[in-house]
Amino acid sequence: MDSFENFENKFYLKLDAKLINEGFARSMVATFCVQLNPSISEINDIKTAVSEAVTNSIVHGYSKEKRGDIEIYVGIKNNVVYIKVVDLGTGIEDIDKARQPFFTTKSQEERSGMGFTLMESFMDTLNVYNNADGGVTVEMTKEIKSNL
Amino acid sequence: MEIKYSFQGEELNVVMKGELDECTAPYVRLSLDTILKDLNGGDTKLVLDLGGVSFMDSTGIGVLLGRYNKFRKSNVNIYIKNPQGHVNRILEMTGIYEIMPKIS
Repeated sequence: MDSFENFENKFYLKLDAKLINEGFARSMVATFCVQLNPSISEINDIKTAVSEAVTNSIVHGYSKEKRGDIEIYVGIKNNVVYIKVVDLGTGIEDIDKARQPFFTTKSQEERSGMGFTLMESFMDTLNVYNNADGGVTVEMTKEIKSNL
Repeated sequence: MEIKYSFQGEELNVVMKGELDECTAPYVRLSLDTILKDLNGGDTKLVLDLGGVSFMDSTGIGVLLGRYNKFRKSNVNIYIKNPQGHVNRILEMTGIYEIMPKIS
């Protein structure tokens, strides 16, 4: 993965980990990607992946007692969109398990456990890791093919 | 999210319009539960018209599964109508149509 500074065009967004910001976050990322002339399907794929990552940060990373920030980095290079979503929450105990379809630690809250599965299905690559100083980073890429 | 409903005999039609995500899920959950709890028993066909739902993520799947689990004991059979492109794709991918058939 390129360093964020090396992308042809990029933007950075930092927002409070609040549910009300979820729609704003995915819309901002999608709007930025419009410069690559993506199809509606590709835009919806990106919106869904961002929504899943941001939801995870708010619901699993933080709690009502501990709120924080979510940072979103978006870069574009050669028709590829790179998205990084970072939180400083509690992290994920077992990432491999969390990425399995229908796995959830909050089944009593009617969670489907399909968040990572949708991210993986809608994007070309997905990388998830715990940060050394706490929290989780989700990195995703998607090549926009409709404009080729 | 906007939710409207109407009865046609034993069929309950619920029309949803807007985005179904973590932010709107509590309202959708409460609205559907409020509508469904007043049913007087017997078989009920609940038709969820998702034609106006412009966005849905896995939280929406959780809401639908939750309603299925909560009301199947009350003989409420849920059907999905008019899901648009991306919403339809997510519903297909997650296998929802196996328990909530898609109708035209």
